[in-house]
Amino acid sequence: MALLIRGGCIVDPTQGIHEVGDIWIDKGRIHRIVLPSRGDSAAAPGPKDEVIEAKGLTVIPGIVDMHVHLREPGYEYKETIATGTRAAAAGGVTTVACMANTKPANDQGAVCQFILAKAQKEGVVRVRPIGAISRGLEGAELAEIGELKESGAVAISDDGRPVADSLLMRRAMEYARTFGLPVISHCEDPHLAANGVMNEGLVSLELGLRGIPRIAEEVMVARDLLLAEWTGCRLHIAHVSSAGSVRLIREAKERGVAVTAEVTPHHLILTDEAVRRWDTNTKVNPPLRSPKDVEALHQGLADGTLDAIATDHAPHGRVDKEVEYELAAFGISGLETLLGLSLMLVHQGTLSLEDWVRKVSCNPAKILNIPGGTLKPGVPADLTIINMERSWRVDPEAFFSKGRNTPFHGWTLRGKAVMTFIGGRKVFHESEGILATTDASVCL
Amino acid sequence: MDRVAQKGWWRKDLLGIQDLSREEIEIILDTAESFKEISTREIKKVPTLRGKTIVHLFYEPSTRTRTSFEIAAKRLSADAVNISVSTSSVVKGETLLDTARNLQAMELDVLVIRHAAAGTPHMLAEVLPASVINAGDGFREHPTQALLDMLTVRERRGTLEGLRLTIVGDIAHSRVARSNIYGFRTMGAKVRVVGPATMIPVGVEELGVEVFYDLKEGIREADVIMMLRIQKERLQGAFFPSEREYARFFGLTLEALKEARPDVLIMHPGPMNRGVEIAPEVADGPYSVILDQVTNGVAVRMAVLYLLTGGARIGVAH
Amino acid sequence: MEPRNSKKVLNAQGMRRALRRMASEIVERHGGAEGLAMVGIRTAGVFLAQRLARELEQMEGSSLETGIIDVTLYRDDLKRGRRHPLVQKTEIPFNVDDRKIILVDDVLFTGRTTRAALDALMDFGRPALVQLAVLVDRGHRELPIRADYVGISVHTEREESIIVHMEEMGLEDEVLLVRPQSAESP
Repeated sequence: MALLIRGGCIVDPTQGIHEVGDIWIDKGRIHRIVLPSRGDSAAAPGPKDEVIEAKGLTVIPGIVDMHVHLREPGYEYKETIATGTRAAAAGGVTTVACMANTKPANDQGAVCQFILAKAQKEGVVRVRPIGAISRGLEGAELAEIGELKESGAVAISDDGRPVADSLLMRRAMEYARTFGLPVISHCEDPHLAANGVMNEGLVSLELGLRGIPRIAEEVMVARDLLLAEWTGCRLHIAHVSSAGSVRLIREAKERGVAVTAEVTPHHLILTDEAVRRWDTNTKVNPPLRSPKDVEALHQGLADGTLDAIATDHAPHGRVDKEVEYELAAFGISGLETLLGLSLMLVHQGTLSLEDWVRKVSCNPAKILNIPGGTLKPGVPADLTIINMERSWRVDPEAFFSKGRNTPFHGWTLRGKAVMTFIGGRKVFHESEGILATTDASVCL
Repeated sequence: MDRVAQKGWWRKDLLGIQDLSREEIEIILDTAESFKEISTREIKKVPTLRGKTIVHLFYEPSTRTRTSFEIAAKRLSADAVNISVSTSSVVKGETLLDTARNLQAMELDVLVIRHAAAGTPHMLAEVLPASVINAGDGFREHPTQALLDMLTVRERRGTLEGLRLTIVGDIAHSRVARSNIYGFRTMGAKVRVVGPATMIPVGVEELGVEVFYDLKEGIREADVIMMLRIQKERLQGAFFPSEREYARFFGLTLEALKEARPDVLIMHPGPMNRGVEIAPEVADGPYSVILDQVTNGVAVRMAVLYLLTGGARIGVAH
Repeated sequence: MEPRNSKKVLNAQGMRRALRRMASEIVERHGGAEGLAMVGIRTAGVFLAQRLARELEQMEGSSLETGIIDVTLYRDDLKRGRRHPLVQKTEIPFNVDDRKIILVDDVLFTGRTTRAALDALMDFGRPALVQLAVLVDRGHRELPIRADYVGISVHTEREESIIVHMEEMGLEDEVLLVRPQSAESP
């Protein structure tokens, strides 16, 4: 029996498709795309075939969120692989790449294997671990990067604990290049950041909060770009937040440096003005910046300087957030709002729908060199069906994620995942909830 | 009549000076002036807040401010309870909401809170039905200090309108500086700040102040000079090289003082480092109104307690 | 501002006569003005105390000390949810110990203001004697308090109010009885 997704608007930039058609899925893989405008004849489904009517809906290659904190092992009270992947499925995300700052840190093959085994058993979407750059994320000695790769790591990063030592970063890039792994850098000079809790500027001055200046990020972006140029390593800059960083990356790309970069929905939408409400859910690292920075991020996304939109999904427990602002944990639970928030850029005309699909699906898959991000015949059928016009209210209490920490609480967003498919199996349906867990055959 | 009534005091909390109008500041200062007389009586007590419970919750040690609030509460016959906490809720594994619930269980009417983390008074004010008075939150604001400073200057000069105030020292890490900048600006004074660039926060001009890096230039023709306390332990080596060098360039001496107006007032939120930010002859000299500041502190805090527990109408006689 | 549904119960001349008569009664009762001090309750009571003091000075030729009491801080109706009135200064520039004090107010109604004024006065010391002088007694007492000197007694309903205007307030001397306004007014 085959699966037919009929009459949806298919958007797949890898094949230049943006039109109404049918998608045939067989044995978990894309079998054929039928486009009437190209003279394809629509075959009628047989009695045993399952048909999903997608009229009025948009069908895209499954969203790949390349920056997620699943918290397991070690911080299961914040999130688990089970809850995090459910949140992903509900948000239309079919693959998540999970960061290494777990407890223990993902700095050796065994941790990678544990994550993958857990994901096979309890996960709902595909999980791709990102290994650590340094042992214990301590920024002193290299982690076992070769073994990490062998065990399934798709990149290395000390995200959350930026690498301060330039020599270690140089060696990490050289060593990662040896194994063909990209280095993902959380660019922040910890000395310049100086225990800050928000963007340094007029708002931090008025609120009496320690500031994290833009230069804390930009100094490190500049350093890592130079190191990448020097070492020839593929560099990916995580969660770019400042206009200066965008400029530096744009210039490096023009020089031919092998760099890619991502931006989060919250940095694209909020400014540091949001902190005035003393909502600790606005506390995020890098911090929310000024309107000028937001404008530069939009520009960078539109002109291709920024390749991907990723959530930096950072779920936290109540005890981490319902405390004094300065003491609250950094981070936003973002998987379930990724789609609705990032579509704001499409609705307001900053991005075309094709470009948006590139940023949330095609490019992240390409950067991590993993399957996904396309609906080409033969690939596993990971796809997201979206109602572009559906308005819905963000209610953290209804999240699948354990992390209720979102500054978008109560916002009305336009655009929602209606169904999510992994390897041809429906894992999420808007009204039915989470439908299935993956099994070994679809996990990788 | 309605319009007149709206001109009074309507706030539940006093969290900062920044959002107060000129009229609101005037109501507090006028009320404080009326309260000063009580402290001169033989029986320094009125029954106004009898039966009210005031909790002083201090996460940072501060004998001065706490004592001043305590005296104010007692002169109004309120029951005041002091809770000194050396650790934040986080260390105890508690959320702020837990703290708020515990406080509410005490059936308190007013919470006076000092906390090293900015914004904590706001967070508690949002969930507590009781009035919240910010007695200093991080680097953000210390509203009652600015009010007593304004009262002290107004007593001596009659008005704040058109006066020149110069604040000298670590503006970046000073809640006293911020509250006074807002307050004096709202009342029509001109405000300058002086200090090494390491202690002048980025963007401070946007608050409507003029920045000087030279002490003598900064205090030229000043009516009021406010010297901020230098926190030696925290700042030395990082923000300035040594106490000696700081005193040389930014310490207020009799010599530097020649630049200011002859009737200049010298203020200090205390406690002073004599010989660092302020020379002993200046600290103890005739320009100093530092003791007035202490007296006015009690009056201002009585006024704030009175207004927050009931507010005030203007233009309505009893 | 002038309420339409009001009745004048005392005009300027009437007020002058009433105050003169009260002053005579005080002198008569105390055999002169020696050792007396007048304390007015804010706001109108203060002006009345000053006028009475002037009358007494004219009659007896010696000057009288006067003080001001603001009873706001002693009121028994300061409750949460209600606005407090603005507090003004209390000024009693003399020692009240063993003095004979005449408290002066414009209107005696429930007696609660007088109670508050007595409490306030006691916080300043121990007077030998305290008496109460009011321009208008309108009845409806809620406490066992009576006036020693009364300018005029007026029969009122509880909902009505008595308004005292004086030159010191920039108005013509008069006392008005005001009936409750109709529903259209706030």
